[in-house]
Amino acid sequence: MSLPPKRFALGSQQSAETLELAAVKGRSLWDDARRRLVRNRAAMASIIVLGLLLLVAILGPLLAPFPYDQVNKTDTWAAPLQQGHVLGADALGRDLLSRIMVGLGVSLLVGVVATFVSLVIGVAWGATAGYIGGRVDELMMRIVDVLYSLPFIFFVILLMVVFGRNFILLFLAIGAVEWLTMARIVRGQTMSLKEKEFVEAARAAGVSGFGIVARHIVPNLLGPVVVYITLTIPGVILAESFLSFLGLGVQPPMASLGTLVSYGASYMELTPWLLIFPAITMVVTLMCFNFIGDGLRDAIDPKDR
Amino acid sequence: MLRFLLRRLAIAVPTLFLVVTLSFFMMRLAPGNPFQGDRKLTPEIEKAVNAKYGLDKPLAVQYVKYLGDVIHGDFGPSLKYRDKTVVEIIGQGLPKSLTLGGCALLLGTVLGMAMGTAAALRQNRGADYLATTVAIVGVCIPTFVTAPVLVLIFGSRLGWLPIAGWGNGAPRYLILPVIVMALPLVAIIARLTRAGMIEVLRSNYVRTARAKGLSESAIVLRHALRGAVLPLVSFLGPASAGMMTGSLIVEQVFNLPGLGKNFVMSASQRDYTLVMGVVILYATLILVMNLVADMIYALLDPRVKLS
Repeated sequence: MSLPPKRFALGSQQSAETLELAAVKGRSLWDDARRRLVRNRAAMASIIVLGLLLLVAILGPLLAPFPYDQVNKTDTWAAPLQQGHVLGADALGRDLLSRIMVGLGVSLLVGVVATFVSLVIGVAWGATAGYIGGRVDELMMRIVDVLYSLPFIFFVILLMVVFGRNFILLFLAIGAVEWLTMARIVRGQTMSLKEKEFVEAARAAGVSGFGIVARHIVPNLLGPVVVYITLTIPGVILAESFLSFLGLGVQPPMASLGTLVSYGASYMELTPWLLIFPAITMVVTLMCFNFIGDGLRDAIDPKDR
Repeated sequence: MLRFLLRRLAIAVPTLFLVVTLSFFMMRLAPGNPFQGDRKLTPEIEKAVNAKYGLDKPLAVQYVKYLGDVIHGDFGPSLKYRDKTVVEIIGQGLPKSLTLGGCALLLGTVLGMAMGTAAALRQNRGADYLATTVAIVGVCIPTFVTAPVLVLIFGSRLGWLPIAGWGNGAPRYLILPVIVMALPLVAIIARLTRAGMIEVLRSNYVRTARAKGLSESAIVLRHALRGAVLPLVSFLGPASAGMMTGSLIVEQVFNLPGLGKNFVMSASQRDYTLVMGVVILYATLILVMNLVADMIYALLDPRVKLS
């Protein structure tokens, strides 16, 4: 089969363009980074596995063999592969596989949303402090220092005890803890970026301070920020599961990986599958993020390899 | 040095103030009160009890009074354990938490540094990949999974070690909790040491040591390790604080009468004074740990000026 002429022409035009660009620009930093990342087998495998897990989490409600909260009185403590429960069932006869699917989704959602909260606050705060510098920087970073030395997990626990087990509050509380490190990273990067020629050029061209931060500084922060994001998400998932273990996280019949693992841990002697399967799901998810984060760091900043 | 200490003090004071203020108002905004127990108090008794502890005054007045008391080192009586002061309760719990945390910190640091160094010396070979993988897995398995699993294996099935309890501090009772707390630490420290070691092994002063004809072990132990532990030191400050939060879980699982357990219980029982006492103590410990870490850092690396 021959290619349609038009598409062929477009293709050749494109490759000519790339060639021309390559002649001028050489390989960009990001091309190099991508090449290094693709060569990192652990990271690539993690990306694939995580993609699959994400798909399962999103399609969970459609694929799940049972509704996650359906109580089946005849199936209590069903072992894996019994009575149609692939991974077994819990004390109320709820299907474990369905609950893991929902729990995975909830955990990923908590991880992503809380990380996004920390990203927005952290980047805005850090870039502002780093760009303005001087007294303002001093004050803003002092505030970060002060907040940094707060025993935050205690305040999260207090929050949960005080205001009840509120789902949205959980996102906000964890996100509010994580933004501090982000702010520090971003500030450091901004301080070195603002001395670069392209920022000077923008300033000479009359771009406003806000414009420079938004258009020139923030896009150039991407590297370290992306790495930090991939390492924050698993941290948040762990934090949520930690709270769930103390009974302060997501409330039943809703499930997260943390609630499932801690539920399983309490019945481990008699029904080990209730611990094993959620724990494996959780560990695999967290490992994927960690491998991807490590891979990205090595790819963007290959100093340590 | 003096300037450095003053600057740290300038952070410590507002931090502690914020800690006291936040925890005070959060606890008071919580629904319920410490005297809601199994039996219902008559309104008269409740009023009398509230008056006794000064809980009937306006919140602002209570806050100012509490602030003044804390500055004088008086954390008040526990509202739940009526015959004990907060300081007494903390005095009972703290040594236990410190023992646990200290042992775990020591074990984690020694093991992690050994693993990280070994991995760095065999970079990108089998042993390195093994160590790196173990390190990543170690970070990903939460303590509340390792704890019950180890209890099941070594406690219930094999019967080698006690399942739970403090046992008057007998070492047998400490083994499992300490291992559980140390595991994530081993993982992180191994990673940090490996990264630091790889960088240092390429540095000029290590090359000089090699050129002098020193043995490999002298190079690693005397010269490289000192530079490689630098990132570790700044991590260990916050990490020792993390040990305390780690103890929240471990003390729960192993039923140990430490501070972490005090905190969780007192928060749900609305024991205002005890909660605040524990939080203030933790915040102070974090501040002190960070200060110590920075000072050790400057001691190890003469290039760093404390400012």
